[in-house]
Amino acid sequence: MSVEVNGQRLIPFATTLEPGSSRANKTGSWRSLRPEYVNNLPPCNQACPAGENIQAWLSHVQRGDFHAAWQEITLNNPMPATMGRVCYHPCQSGCNRKETDGGVQINGTEKYIGDQALQHGWQFARPEQESGLKVLVIGGGPGGLSTAYHLRRAGHSVVICEAQPKLGGMLRYGIPSYRLPREILDMEIDRILAMGNIEVRTNTRVEDIEAMKQAEGFHSVFVSVGNWIANRAETSIEDGQRMLDGIEVLRQVENGEEHGMTGRVVVWGGGNTAIDVARVALRVTGEKPVMIVRRDMSGLRAHPEEIQDAVDEGVEIMVLSTIHTIRQGEVVLEKMVADESGRPHPTGEYLTIKGDSVVAALGQSAELSLMEKLGLSKAGDWEVAVSPAMMTEIPGIFAGGDMVPSIRTVTAAIGHGKKAARHIDLWLNDQAFPEAKERVIATFERMNTVYYPQATMHKRPKLEAGVRIGDFREIKGSLTAAQAIAEAQRCMSCGNCMECDNCYGFCPDNAIIKLGAGKGFQIDYDYCKGCGICAAECPLGALDMVMETI
Amino acid sequence: MQSQIFHYPAKDAVIKLHQTGDQTISNRLVDEADSLQGSRERSNALDSGHRACQGCGEALGARHAIDTALDATDGELVVVNATGCLEVFSTPYPQSAWRLPWVHSLFGNAAAVASGVAQAMKMQGKENVRVIAQGGDGGTTDIGMGCLSGMFERNEDVLYICYNNEAYMNTGVQRSSQTPGGARTATTMPVGEHPGNNFGTGKSVPKIAMAHNIPYVATANIANPRDLEAKVRKAMSIRGARYIEVFVPCPLGWGTASSDTIKVARLAMNCGLTPLYEAEYGQITQVTKLANVQPVNDYLKIQRRFAHMFQPGNEHQLQSIQAIADANVRAFDLLSSSNEGEE
Repeated sequence: MSVEVNGQRLIPFATTLEPGSSRANKTGSWRSLRPEYVNNLPPCNQACPAGENIQAWLSHVQRGDFHAAWQEITLNNPMPATMGRVCYHPCQSGCNRKETDGGVQINGTEKYIGDQALQHGWQFARPEQESGLKVLVIGGGPGGLSTAYHLRRAGHSVVICEAQPKLGGMLRYGIPSYRLPREILDMEIDRILAMGNIEVRTNTRVEDIEAMKQAEGFHSVFVSVGNWIANRAETSIEDGQRMLDGIEVLRQVENGEEHGMTGRVVVWGGGNTAIDVARVALRVTGEKPVMIVRRDMSGLRAHPEEIQDAVDEGVEIMVLSTIHTIRQGEVVLEKMVADESGRPHPTGEYLTIKGDSVVAALGQSAELSLMEKLGLSKAGDWEVAVSPAMMTEIPGIFAGGDMVPSIRTVTAAIGHGKKAARHIDLWLNDQAFPEAKERVIATFERMNTVYYPQATMHKRPKLEAGVRIGDFREIKGSLTAAQAIAEAQRCMSCGNCMECDNCYGFCPDNAIIKLGAGKGFQIDYDYCKGCGICAAECPLGALDMVMETI
Repeated sequence: MQSQIFHYPAKDAVIKLHQTGDQTISNRLVDEADSLQGSRERSNALDSGHRACQGCGEALGARHAIDTALDATDGELVVVNATGCLEVFSTPYPQSAWRLPWVHSLFGNAAAVASGVAQAMKMQGKENVRVIAQGGDGGTTDIGMGCLSGMFERNEDVLYICYNNEAYMNTGVQRSSQTPGGARTATTMPVGEHPGNNFGTGKSVPKIAMAHNIPYVATANIANPRDLEAKVRKAMSIRGARYIEVFVPCPLGWGTASSDTIKVARLAMNCGLTPLYEAEYGQITQVTKLANVQPVNDYLKIQRRFAHMFQPGNEHQLQSIQAIADANVRAFDLLSSSNEGEE
């Protein structure tokens, strides 16, 4: 390279090159694998029956923005203070952090956010426009309330018919108040009603859906009447004794009615209702009840934490036994033996225990005469068949909650209500139901968790067993603000970019373009050599390496 | 000419929790102590289009270090480069990937050329222009050792950065004085009674630099970018001779997957083979502690240069390397006593 100055040819002493001239060399052509940003479904979100975007609201809590978190939660679930207490949190069972130092305490954090909303009086926005369409909601439990809320968000008017004197369904008449204080439930229900255009008719049992629909001109109907009929089992009853129904007893205690439980209560069954009845009996009679369970301990269907709480409180659990005879002051049990598959078989051996009243909590089913009148077929023995859009065989009539095939929890009912309301809205607007999209799950194996420092989990305080059995006071306390934030910060943001800049900082070829806070990144495929460091060092697994095609 | 040593807080102020703590390049939950490499304003001193292999640790280390130095000197920086991979892949005629004044002369004389540049700046009264010399382990610890020692001994106002990838990579992976015992290179094949490089050879240049009583010596690792930045920043706050050795994996020479560059660097750090420390005037002043020490096998087994060690009969080689790591853990007191990250 030579330069001419004043006609004289100068030979430079060194070779000079233009700064940054290497950009002419498009090294992207070396690539056989290309990185692509993905948004995968976090396992918590996947597990949530109410369809909450848990990762999104936790990200607001991480920054201490509780109001934004509440707004994000209530896009799906209108009752976080309630669900933060009664949900069996399948999200936490799904949490990837289980694999390192314990799952994120999502349920406790949700309760904190829900309580913040009640404390500050945060309200739902009224719909911007009223549609003028009217939907009948039969059943004022979690399913019905959730539907009403989501229908209101879409601007439709709602009439809720509830057979009981108050709204709440199983939340009020099935779940004891030591798990869900009624003032919390009332405030969350009132907040939904405050959205306006929701007419509530309590003490109203709907007998004929079609007639009512015609008479009042409803455009669509959602049915969620719950499972209120107790299952019975054959047993011999002597001395004029009787067998009480678990779900009925819980309702009677809640309403302050005569319930018939005295002395030592024998509870027959091993599900969540049985546990609730036993713990309520303990608080009502002051004597320690006994639960009779046909299967062995592993066959108990109740939530493990509830079982532990009951045992701590002094509830006795007799497994592999069944009730044979109920007499005055005593109950005769037959011992069972489990075979290899865990199925119990009778042994012919008997045992008499002391017992003053017997409550059967052997499961419940729905009262379906209402649906049978419409000519709907049943799914299984007790349930109504619905489409994935929650619609029954009759167009415009939707159903959800315990009366349709599902896991039968309050959370599932909240989810059904949301899903039904969204499809009712589409149906009312003559729009097709969208197909569900398959999403990749952000599994632990896809992540690079070396980046997360160890952080111990924060659990809610619980009253001592001896203190809590005296009355119906709430037994679980709250996280503090700092603990809620710390729990949220334990969230690993599985499968979705959180802008840690690892891809940007660790690219040896400057082939990642940072677009700025909240805007994410772009890949400059002109220079990306496809080394894969960005994907390997992404803590969240939010980058996939995809084979290049020519 | 000596200035007061200015301590940067990035390493001491461990960000507690906040999702990823200070382990990632940035942490969106805390404003302070984000690394420069997470900033859109970083200068990309080593630009795109360079011809380093896929997943090159040296290219990454050089950009991190020089970007930081540019930031610390407000862009008043000259870099002198020894011959080696970094020089070859960044400036194949007629292109250059560098975006700052950059000089290349010979394999072994970078320290001498840099000393000259620094003296020239001083003579011209441009003491605000700072000088960095850089090279690989071959050009630094073997061929350039004489010039380097002279630069240290005269306490020239130069920061020398050695990107150590433990062999001569651009000429085809030949053994250097930094090649670890047992490693396969083109000149230390895994054959015979003692496969791979001989144990008991090589040298620690940071310790040699410390023996010159220069103001600042540090070791860094590309898997710990905030620490690397803090050390370069600190070095640029000091006048006189300084030395930083950055551990940079070479996917080609080591036989690792190109995507594993950071992972293998992190494993080297976490097993105790490459302790991170700082020294001032010959005395160690700071050691980066490890929460727990991983076995060296985790580090070795993902590299083909050590593959022969996992064959029956070569167990003693693994034990020898574990013994080196164990000795480092003791000598540098690497195990942290407090459990950081806990509330």
